[in-house]
Amino acid sequence: MHEEEILGKAYDASLMRRLLFYIRPYRWHVVLGIVLSVAVSGLEAVRPYFTKIAVDVNIAEKDGNGLLVTALAFLGVLLLRGVIQYFNAYLTQWIGQKTIFDLRMQVFEHLQSRSLRFYDKNPIGRLITRVTNDTEVLNEMFSSGIVMVFSDIFTIIGILSLMFTMNWQLALISLSVLPLLFYGTFLFRKKAREAYREVRIQIARINTFMQEHITGMMVDQVFNREKKSFEKFTEINAAHRNANIKSIFYYALFYPGVDLIGAIAVGLIIWYAGVDALEGTITVGTVIAFLQFNEMFWRPIRDLSEKYNIMQTAMASSERIFKLLDDKTAIVDPVHPVPFEQVKGAIEFKNVWFAYNVGLTDAETEWILRDVSFRINAGETAAFVGHTGAGKTTITNLLCRFYDVQKGEILIDGVNIKQIRQQELRKHIAVVLQDVFLFSGDISSNINLGDGTIPREAVEQAARTVGADEFIRQLPGGYDAEVKERGATLSVGQKQLISFARALAYNPQILILDEATSSIDTETEQLIQQAIEKLLRGRTSIVIAHRLSTIQNAGKIIVMHKGEIREIGTHQELLAHGGIYFKLYQLQYKDQEVRLTA
Amino acid sequence: MKPLLRLLPYLAKYKRTLFVGFLTVVGSNIFTVLPPLFIGEAIDLLKEGLEAKSIGGTDLVTYAVGIVVFFLIAGTFTFFTRQTLIVVSRHIEYDLRNDFLSHIQKLSLSFYQNTPTGDLMAHATNDISAVRNCLGPGIMYPTDTILAFTMVIAMMLRIDWELTLLAMIPLPFVSFAVYRLGKVVHKKFEERQKQYGEMTTRAQENLSGIRVVKAYVREEYETGLFRTMSFEYLKKNLVLARVQSIMWPLMFLLVGLSLVITIYFGGLKVIANELSVGGLTKFLIYLTMLIWPMIAFGWVINILQQGAASMDRLAKIFDTKPEVQDAEQTDHTITEIKGAIEFRNVSFTHKGAVRASLSDINLMVPKGATLAVIGYTGAGKSTFVNLIPRLYDATSGDVLIDGRNVKEIPLEVLRRNIGYVPQETFLFSDSLAENISYGTDNGTEEHVRDAAEISQIARDISDFPLGYATMLGERGITLSGGQKQRTSIARAVMRKPKILILDDALSAVDTYTEEEILKRLRRIMKDRTSIIISHRISTVKNADMIVVMDDGKIVERGTHDELVERGGVYAELHQKQLLEQELENL
Repeated sequence: MHEEEILGKAYDASLMRRLLFYIRPYRWHVVLGIVLSVAVSGLEAVRPYFTKIAVDVNIAEKDGNGLLVTALAFLGVLLLRGVIQYFNAYLTQWIGQKTIFDLRMQVFEHLQSRSLRFYDKNPIGRLITRVTNDTEVLNEMFSSGIVMVFSDIFTIIGILSLMFTMNWQLALISLSVLPLLFYGTFLFRKKAREAYREVRIQIARINTFMQEHITGMMVDQVFNREKKSFEKFTEINAAHRNANIKSIFYYALFYPGVDLIGAIAVGLIIWYAGVDALEGTITVGTVIAFLQFNEMFWRPIRDLSEKYNIMQTAMASSERIFKLLDDKTAIVDPVHPVPFEQVKGAIEFKNVWFAYNVGLTDAETEWILRDVSFRINAGETAAFVGHTGAGKTTITNLLCRFYDVQKGEILIDGVNIKQIRQQELRKHIAVVLQDVFLFSGDISSNINLGDGTIPREAVEQAARTVGADEFIRQLPGGYDAEVKERGATLSVGQKQLISFARALAYNPQILILDEATSSIDTETEQLIQQAIEKLLRGRTSIVIAHRLSTIQNAGKIIVMHKGEIREIGTHQELLAHGGIYFKLYQLQYKDQEVRLTA
Repeated sequence: MKPLLRLLPYLAKYKRTLFVGFLTVVGSNIFTVLPPLFIGEAIDLLKEGLEAKSIGGTDLVTYAVGIVVFFLIAGTFTFFTRQTLIVVSRHIEYDLRNDFLSHIQKLSLSFYQNTPTGDLMAHATNDISAVRNCLGPGIMYPTDTILAFTMVIAMMLRIDWELTLLAMIPLPFVSFAVYRLGKVVHKKFEERQKQYGEMTTRAQENLSGIRVVKAYVREEYETGLFRTMSFEYLKKNLVLARVQSIMWPLMFLLVGLSLVITIYFGGLKVIANELSVGGLTKFLIYLTMLIWPMIAFGWVINILQQGAASMDRLAKIFDTKPEVQDAEQTDHTITEIKGAIEFRNVSFTHKGAVRASLSDINLMVPKGATLAVIGYTGAGKSTFVNLIPRLYDATSGDVLIDGRNVKEIPLEVLRRNIGYVPQETFLFSDSLAENISYGTDNGTEEHVRDAAEISQIARDISDFPLGYATMLGERGITLSGGQKQRTSIARAVMRKPKILILDDALSAVDTYTEEEILKRLRRIMKDRTSIIISHRISTVKNADMIVVMDDGKIVERGTHDELVERGGVYAELHQKQLLEQELENL
């Protein structure tokens, strides 16, 4: 069973307490909802009473005007009831929606403050389910659930008291079938729930099978498995059908069963009326009223058992949500942060050790960085080169304090970054990732990321500087052109340029640039090279470099290999050294040189 | 409603059960319509008795028992109605879903490349359910409704026709209101779902782009944006709630109006001695019996409409013709192939693409030879091999096997003789043994072990506590990339294919293991044809022939030594990979 499929208790006191906390701001609305629901039930309950008056008083006394008054009063009550019922139905929805809106925002904000380590551990799909689906499930409990449970109870009490005041013997007689109804309903619920669960399991199996075999259809076809897969599917499909048929059986038994129990009650009422008639306490109107009470009684009782399911799913969802809200994986800001306003941008790594997965012992830990130390002066460009997995990206992650180092320290202008508020720190750093992430929206909002302090002119200025202006203007709508999810309609090079403009618009003191490896057409390539030059000018830059031009122009080349710094120097120095850089150069950059000189 | 006509053959299959179902509907209606008569008679009897101060108690008991017995009979009929009509709808759903799968199994790779999996899933689940929904309740309720309606009205008319007409006035509005409101609710519901989708997408984007969000300190802005979307969703929900909230109060009001009319005018008739109190009671009960049919009527129309829309979407899939299938030119006398492959002036362009993926390929691979294909991503290597098992058909030119056009070979025969290891390894959530013997009908345990041994996955498997019974996927273990590839190779080898195709199938396997696998493959593939696609020189260097592909064309061909000698693309690649190895060993 999946985490998502587990259903537990229908009521858990500590979960309920936490849930009620969210409804507190709307507690008066809830009270109003209960009052209105009771009013609706009350008005509903007096309906048979009107029939009784019409038959026993007006008709018996042959009073036509009286009958009209009764009919009109009845109509008035119906109208009033309709209006109240409408408002109440809306109100309960309103309460539910407001509450889950609050809860959803809390979950979302909580997610925003988690550190990247949290995101490494938790699949995004599951987090989205928490934000959207799980909160949605609670809606039903917050809206109809709480209000309806109370109102159903009040309704039952209301009808009962009316019945008993009218004729207590008849009331007892018509209630005598209740144990039968309760037991029948209980059995049905149990069986129906089992059947429903079986249906759910089979649906999940069908979905899994379908998903898998649609994705792997090619394999099925090439391996001539169509027939066998089909047979297997037929089995699952039949299991699904049979589970449904089983559930139909219970329903087919239950509904006529309930009707029959109702009929027994009617029979009993008529029989008793005959027995009691000679004593003279019963009237025809009372009998008719009781026949109607009998019908009205069933609904709230059936409703109550339905609420059980709502509560059960709500508890399961809320447990998952609270588990998420209780997560503590966040990087905490210092209590007394060092002000970080005037930044020059000198960076220093001092004996930094880092691992994404920390083992119990030192030996079990997969160190990504081992004793890394280097210094980049303010305004200098440092190029990091090395194989995939050498630890280059990790260095940039640590500088932004997306993760905390296990040993050693990272200093900016001599201040340990742990002493700076994360927001302050990141405000001075701009990161351009190799895999450019664009949000759906428009071009402009992708450059300023919705920051109102960066006006349109600044956006355009940034785009012009990196050379993105030209292609943006050619898009339909220019800077207001729509960007699809993940920037699907833009080319890789265009996305790169937009991300450069984004970094420039934020005008950071420190720039981190993870150059793209993918080859783009020569024209865009040239544009990008020029853009990079402009970007780097006047700031401290860390470049994970793939372009020879960037490397050659860098003040410092830092060669990483398997988590360690192996060589530091300029292009010429390192070439002369004949070490790793020399080999890397031959492997990765030499043909760039050929292309450049060609 | 026209798309629903396609369901007639399905219904025809169950015509007997459906017939029985209709009979039970008639039965249950007859027996439901009668008890109110007893109640009315009983009330009249009671009234007379009360006035005369003498009661025929046994008569009342007869009525009481009669009511219960009739309900019991009616209930039995209803039970069988559900057991027939609703059960049939589940059978048809089953048939429909089977047909859906068996149809899409015939569709070709290009169909799957152009149709998102999510869409197909939605058809297979939501649309089929919607059709089912309109079949079960859509058949049961209208029949029930129409019958109940006519019978109840007949009874009411018998009691008092004037009162019937008066009481009926509000009832058509009930159906109409249900129908109209149902439509609006559906529309508002769709709007709400759309907003829900957008909100989910935003959350998805935000969480996928969390690095950018954090790096640029945009958490607050993102929260604000999400708040707006979430609030919009709240508003859409409340609009929906407003429409939905009208439904029941309006229903009760309209029905209540009927009751009021009946009580007043019926009461006047009782006073005027034109109607008995019992008659009025009967009438009131019959009136309440009409409520449900009237509501059901409006509701059923909506269900039928939604079912028709879904059936229409399904019909589009059912009407899609498979691109690759046996045709007239298929020679069914061919039952075996030997494995000599020839490409003659073959070009291929993907549907909707401008550039050709393959242009003018000419190549011969004799039976038993090993061909290696090397080249950059997007050079056309996968497309090239996909033409052999006819995952696509060539746009122009011919692909021949043993000198016969692949289109002449029955598809089943062709594919049965090919062991294919696709670039993207795809294993099923089943046991390892099942996965390895996936393409063979009568593979023994020993065969499975042999195949696993050849593909060098045997040792990994023996490390799992459950061995070959180990389950993969969601409810089992997750294999590493290399393990997946090796399992996938075992699956292909297991078929003892005449032609083995490895599409970059060793990329996640280390060079040592790769060498071990290739060594074993060479042994078993001695008389069989192999095609190996790779990025790595180490994988291809022992092939009988190596072709280098670029931009859909063959740019170099020869043996390893010849190509290194020539100093072209291949030689350069070779040089680089040597260096790389050197760096790795630092």
